[in-house]
Amino acid sequence: MQGIVKRFPGVLANDHVDFTVRRGEIHALLGENGAGKTTLMNILSGLYRPDEGEIRVRGERCVFHSPRDAIARGIGMVHQHFMLVPSQTVAENIILGLDRPRFLLNLPRIEAEVARLAEQYRLLVHPRAKIWQLSVGEQQRVEVLKMLYRGAQILIMDEPTAVLTPQEVRDLFHTLREMARGGHTIIFISHKLDEVLAIADRVTVLRRGRVTAAGLPAQSVTKPELARLMVGREVLFRLSKAPIRPGPVVLAVEELWAESDKGLPALRGVSFQVRSGEVVGIAGVAGNGQSELAQVITGLRRATGGRILVGGQDVTNRPARVVIENGVGHVPEDRSAVGSVPDLGVDENLILKAYREPPIANGPFLDTGAVERHASHLVREFNILTPRLNAPARLLSGGNLQRLILAREVSAQPRLLVAVDPTRGLDVGATEAVHRLLLAQRESGKAILLISEDLDEILALADRILVIYEGQIMGEVAAEGADVNTVGLMMAGTRMPSTAVESG
Amino acid sequence: MADRVIRIEPRLETTRLASVIASVGGLMLALLIGAALLRAAGADPLAAYGAILREAFGTPADWAAGRFYGLSDTIVRATPILLTGLGVLLGFKMRLWNIGAEGQLFMGAWAATGIALFVLPKDTPKPLMLTTMALAGMLAGGLWALIPGALKAWLGVNEIITTLMLNYVAFQWISFFVVAGPWSERGFQLSPQFPESAWLPRLTDYAHRVPAFAGLTAHLGFVFGLVAAAALWLILYRSRWGYEIRVIGDNPQAARYAGMNLARNILLVMFISGALAGLAGMSEVAGVVHRLQDRFSPGYGFSGIIAAWLAKLNPWAILLTSLLFGGLLVGAKQLQPTGIAFMLQGVILFVVIGAEMLTRYRLVIARHQAVPGGLGVPAGLEITPTDPPTRGEG
Repeated sequence: MQGIVKRFPGVLANDHVDFTVRRGEIHALLGENGAGKTTLMNILSGLYRPDEGEIRVRGERCVFHSPRDAIARGIGMVHQHFMLVPSQTVAENIILGLDRPRFLLNLPRIEAEVARLAEQYRLLVHPRAKIWQLSVGEQQRVEVLKMLYRGAQILIMDEPTAVLTPQEVRDLFHTLREMARGGHTIIFISHKLDEVLAIADRVTVLRRGRVTAAGLPAQSVTKPELARLMVGREVLFRLSKAPIRPGPVVLAVEELWAESDKGLPALRGVSFQVRSGEVVGIAGVAGNGQSELAQVITGLRRATGGRILVGGQDVTNRPARVVIENGVGHVPEDRSAVGSVPDLGVDENLILKAYREPPIANGPFLDTGAVERHASHLVREFNILTPRLNAPARLLSGGNLQRLILAREVSAQPRLLVAVDPTRGLDVGATEAVHRLLLAQRESGKAILLISEDLDEILALADRILVIYEGQIMGEVAAEGADVNTVGLMMAGTRMPSTAVESG
Repeated sequence: MADRVIRIEPRLETTRLASVIASVGGLMLALLIGAALLRAAGADPLAAYGAILREAFGTPADWAAGRFYGLSDTIVRATPILLTGLGVLLGFKMRLWNIGAEGQLFMGAWAATGIALFVLPKDTPKPLMLTTMALAGMLAGGLWALIPGALKAWLGVNEIITTLMLNYVAFQWISFFVVAGPWSERGFQLSPQFPESAWLPRLTDYAHRVPAFAGLTAHLGFVFGLVAAAALWLILYRSRWGYEIRVIGDNPQAARYAGMNLARNILLVMFISGALAGLAGMSEVAGVVHRLQDRFSPGYGFSGIIAAWLAKLNPWAILLTSLLFGGLLVGAKQLQPTGIAFMLQGVILFVVIGAEMLTRYRLVIARHQAVPGGLGVPAGLEITPTDPPTRGEG
């Protein structure tokens, strides 16, 4: 790819990017969120068209109008969000959208072929299984098989490890190496330095739409060097934590049961406590009840059994407003769909929880002067980058929006802060800022429940780690010296005796 | 082979100017389309528009001579459009699609009629009579709107369907009373006339003090509209409750997350929305017809929806748009074929909604190299997806 330029309204996503991959290599495309990695690969896979620049495949100039053109040249992409039909089988999904066969569907023959491919690349999944029966890791294998079946020689994987357990990551890496040995080329998009160093032969780094390092051999670079290329400055990987001084119990969850949106049990008897001044991390693979847990605690979902006590007061199934007034702050999983009001200004988003009380409220009215003072104070203190105080919140980048949400939740002086995936999709710099903020809250004596899919984040911030699997707590480990393998096994559903020393 | 593609790209931010340009430009385009239709019907569009303007707003010569009949008639017609428009505007701000303003208007007119004719004695002092009628009208319109409101709040029933269907129930309700029913006057399809104590003051009533007011029928109902517009602006942009309405309208999930009570707000907003339409009905029977007639409204409640939309849900701009539609009704009265006013209203709504897209997206004309026999998106429309930095529109 040469001189690729892609503009989006207000953003130069790719600024004259040159990118070259060789046959049979695993090439990592590294960069922060918003650096333009996915955009570049969407261009290569035919989803977007570049504004400038050209693509050559095996020396031949190509113009892709759709992913179909790209796959015809042997380029296939596995997206972060899978594109599978849940009610159909693996084999049916694999032939979905293909021209062949035109009339008669010889499914057994296709299934045999899929099974052969699965065998060859150790992508173990049954061709006749229905998609909804498969785990996320297995669904990812189906996506890879889909591309292989279509004859992809160049396989683009967009942040493939985000949804996997450590064990599944190991299997995936094994498969990718196998494929590279067989002559396939793998482009591996990631912002996680460790996994890039673990899997890639060469690395290309993007920062703000530009290439900062092209095709570096992975053996010859170190993690801090890559981080600097990616962020443009030095990054601290481990934040220093003050020793814990846990105080009284702020949150007590007792035998909590709740259902998912589909009416299936999502929480099955969860019990734990969070004390003031400590961070309790809930680790687990996405979809094991974490979202429901946060929602039940914050009053957004009904508990079907059990109790929730905040500061000793029973708030089970009380309205969200009562929970908020009991001093529970919530950094929700979905920043834009839940945590903010996109068309309202930054100032009006910052009062979302404070508008009922003085000084923001003035009888039935809002004190517009106080709204403005509140906003300008928080924008300054939390370093929210916004063109104006009343600019619509949807214009903020992910990191800025998250700072806005944190500023709002923290400024309400909660006793308990429930933070769900607080750094998902944020770049290294923004992540560091969020982590510092959370640790500062811990030091000021707040109780923090950190629910995150990112195990590294939990290891970095939490004092105690609980692992959730299918709505049950598999065990508890102290974060200090926690064994990643043990946590990984618990994430996959193995129950472990508690290794943490229960403090009181 | 190089050809051009038109791409539609989302805009990051809609400026106020772009929004105004889209409204005004849309209006112009609608008038052009209307002209073409008039032409096709064999009329001279310029003459027709000229006649509408003269009828609705008068000419400079009229104004110089102190004749404001056209303007006054326009205000009379604009009054119910303004009140119903403000009502639906409040609902629309919360994405509550009340399209039953017409029925709520009828129920308000019915309740006001009941007070004037059958509850209070003829010689009730005018202020007491009119206040009671206004309150009864608002209560009736509000309760009528509360039916779909309650269904929406507690059972999640789609309010578009229920508000629309309840219009027809309201029409039949009125018909039952005045078409040879208990309120019919000697078998005619109308109620007896109200006592004078139940008439809203009109400009012409003050002709003995200001001679220029003679014959002007604009009535106090328009002042109700002005007060309601100011109150609505204050509620929406300066009050805690209005803040809740705007948050719920933009992102109900965030509203729930902030501990706002959605059901209570749906009930309240629907009630007030219907109450304003009910007030429109009261002002119409007390200010214009002075009795209840079957089908006395030519669709004010629907014009109100269009006026609210054309005003971009701004409680001040709707003053202008309701005057525009009121003027259209007055001006097109003289024209054949009848119904030109509603035809133009329809075209305006259509074009303005279309033009609104341009405030959120822009068209980009770009060259691109087409591959012979290439598959994929055909030249022409292509929606460019947004990248994560911007949130796609709904």
